Amino acid sequence: MKRELSLDDIESLAVGAWILGTGGGGNPYLPLLNMRLLYRQGHRVHLIDSNELADDALVGTVAGMGAPLIGQERLNDSLTLARAVTLMERHLGRKFDALMSMEIGGSNGIRPFMAAAHLDLPVVDSDTMGRAYPELQMTSVAVGDLSGYPVSLVDVRGFESVVHKVPSWKWAERVARKVCTEYGSTAATCQPPRTGAEVKEWGIHGTTTKAIAIGAAVREAQRKHTDPVAAILSVEPGKLLYKGKVIDVARRTTEGFLRGVVRFDGLDEYRGSAFTINFQNEWIVGSRDDQPVVMTPDLICVLDSVTGEAVGSETIRYGQRVTVIALPPTKIFLSPKGLQHVGPRAFGYDLDFRSVFSA
Amino acid sequence: MRRIGIDVGGTNTDAVLIEEGNVVRAVKAPTSEDVTTGILDSLKSLGSTGVLQGKKIDGVMIGTTHFINAVVQRRSLTKVAALRLGMPASASLPPFCDWPEDLAALVRGGVWMVEGGHEYDGRLFMPLDEAAVTKAAGEMKAAGLKSVGISAIFSPLDPGHERRAAELVSKIIPDAVITCSSDLGRIGLLERENAGLLNAALADLARDTIAAFEKAIADSGIAAPLFITQNDGTVAEAAQARRLPVYSFASGATNSMRGAAYLSGLSDAMVIDVGGTTTDVGQLKHGFPREANSVVKVGGVRTLFRMPDLLSIGLGGGSHVQLDPLKVGPVSVGYRLLKEGIAFGGRQLTTTDIAVAAGVLELGDRKKVAHLDAATCKKVFAEAARMAEEAIDRMKTEAGDVPLIAVGGGAFLIPEKLPGVSKVIHVEHGDCANAVGAAIAQVSGECDQIFKDLSRAEALSAAQGIANDRAVAAGAARASLATIESEDMPLAYLPGNSVRVRVRVVGDVAAG
Repeated sequence: MKRELSLDDIESLAVGAWILGTGGGGNPYLPLLNMRLLYRQGHRVHLIDSNELADDALVGTVAGMGAPLIGQERLNDSLTLARAVTLMERHLGRKFDALMSMEIGGSNGIRPFMAAAHLDLPVVDSDTMGRAYPELQMTSVAVGDLSGYPVSLVDVRGFESVVHKVPSWKWAERVARKVCTEYGSTAATCQPPRTGAEVKEWGIHGTTTKAIAIGAAVREAQRKHTDPVAAILSVEPGKLLYKGKVIDVARRTTEGFLRGVVRFDGLDEYRGSAFTINFQNEWIVGSRDDQPVVMTPDLICVLDSVTGEAVGSETIRYGQRVTVIALPPTKIFLSPKGLQHVGPRAFGYDLDFRSVFSA
Repeated sequence: MRRIGIDVGGTNTDAVLIEEGNVVRAVKAPTSEDVTTGILDSLKSLGSTGVLQGKKIDGVMIGTTHFINAVVQRRSLTKVAALRLGMPASASLPPFCDWPEDLAALVRGGVWMVEGGHEYDGRLFMPLDEAAVTKAAGEMKAAGLKSVGISAIFSPLDPGHERRAAELVSKIIPDAVITCSSDLGRIGLLERENAGLLNAALADLARDTIAAFEKAIADSGIAAPLFITQNDGTVAEAAQARRLPVYSFASGATNSMRGAAYLSGLSDAMVIDVGGTTTDVGQLKHGFPREANSVVKVGGVRTLFRMPDLLSIGLGGGSHVQLDPLKVGPVSVGYRLLKEGIAFGGRQLTTTDIAVAAGVLELGDRKKVAHLDAATCKKVFAEAARMAEEAIDRMKTEAGDVPLIAVGGGAFLIPEKLPGVSKVIHVEHGDCANAVGAAIAQVSGECDQIFKDLSRAEALSAAQGIANDRAVAAGAARASLATIESEDMPLAYLPGNSVRVRVRVVGDVAAG
């Protein structure tokens, strides 16, 4: 059923999307600020379920690409995202019936709504990651072997590029990344278009609603001064893994990605127990007392113990007090093909995937 | 070296004289409504002890909450013209877009956005549209605006466009007071711009306040330059503080931690500052407070100021005590302690009454608290210690036992032994630690910038050079400079070998 989102829903979406970002995806504060101003100007956005799409409907997937740090100087601009969508429409010679999110985790969980506000298109309550991941082939639609092209990329100064055809998702990632770099390492993109049938089969459904529910739970707990982490676990079938404080952060970049390790020291009932998390933009593998206990595609969420809000890998620092929880991933990523795309080996860890939820 | 440190607190204005590293005298005067009377009173009170007789004072260092209070209370603010160089980017998020509406209505004199700015690697984002800047300046002049905040995309990397725009605006408005966001450092356009706009809004107040401080010093008969303490525990010369008042927003807690370091001789320790109502717990690293890593809101405006990471709990010398069931704080009698505490003839049982009954403090009338037996006092002290222990444990970042310095007027609540603490250090003049921190403050310089295709060592050394130059420009003696923070952060999704480096150095105030 098509429903209008309130600004309060979008405030909750920002908090929930940042938590589903699992350490990456960029803090959604600036997209949220755009939405506040768009709502003040009278714009409204609507959410629909994937089963409302006709099989031959055409859906545009909206995402920002680039380094989150660049986005802190060249601020997210809603009209530029809308231009990425209209460029794709011109390229295809056909109008979209709806938009959707590539990545619910982080800033990209809100960007489709920024474009939708200008284009008067509904947004489908589905995405292709159910979280945040660093690369284009780490999506449910790539696992489903759907087409990895065309991709449109625009820059606020008027540049327009389309990656028309590439042999694989990996190549789409490489070529699009090059264009993005030339733009100044930030681009508004429209990802390969999807039919209604494709979205219904390969989309990860209900993720915007899920992010809003998580965010609403955290915000209510903050207002009532109750435990925000318990509030998340009351609306999501997650698992509390650890409470502690950051005692060391080691970072390095390789091939344009931020990789590293965070070490924690236990607090409260976890006193005396050590925890480490390895990350590549997102949290990838968590180990307790040197034993891997949680790994991708399970969602590893590091939360500020007091506010319940997400802590990102780019900003986590010595001394922060955090709680680590896990949330279950989409089943699409649990198949052998899914694990090839996003399991621990896809990130260079020689581990057999074992879910914290299978025990 | 002979300096006077002054801390203007909510209740008292403390002044200390430090001579060759020793606290010679500490005095207190009530804080006055206009702030400067309290400062003059404390200086007179210090002078009346005779310690200043015939001596040359090298500097008076004042820590004040005057500027932050103006923002929080929405008073004495100047209307500001905001000029952003970065079009066509960021157009949907104009200056003031995330300010609370009441504050924006007071400060927003007009918004102009023109083409300009740089990329992260120093390339031009857009050439500066000089004609548009000149046109904007004409409109500012017509609107009667004299205080201008200029921001540009990636200006911490290349401040060229902001500086050129400032020149152009000055040609049209010769008496304009201009804040360039690059003077306030740090990557994050909106937050840096916000800091610049707040700074521009304080232009008139800063000029008047600094002049009043200088007059108070002159009126007290002291001939010494004025320094204002900053958020990070260092000082700025009066001229710089007048130009960048936002850097002096929140110096109280920082001064107190720096004072604790100085009085104890320790540079790495936990500090617990027990006041009348609250207790702040923080950690000293290399003699400076560890900084908070979150975005700091001032009067509802997001900024990227350097503020110490503190945990505050409701425990202090004026905390209400309830005996059955036992509860200490968070409510406090605050500055009414000398009226409302039982030992002073009042009716509210406080932690100070317990200390008087136990013979720990000699204040008020001990007979009035004679009904409190030793066992009761012990129970209350144990509860206060438990609260302190929990706060310390939350702030500790290492597993082993660490030394703890206890300062502030309520430091008597901290016992000599605490779990997780190797030793508790009570220092002489600990109740004036904040004024001591002001008196001993140094000068700092910072660099926060992206370096490309340099080795890690080269990037760190380049950043260090920039930070050193900035510290010297701010009044530090070059030979005394030392690096107190150095952080490098490889950047995701950027080509080549891009690394963001932040270096902070401090040094002694240069003589003369």
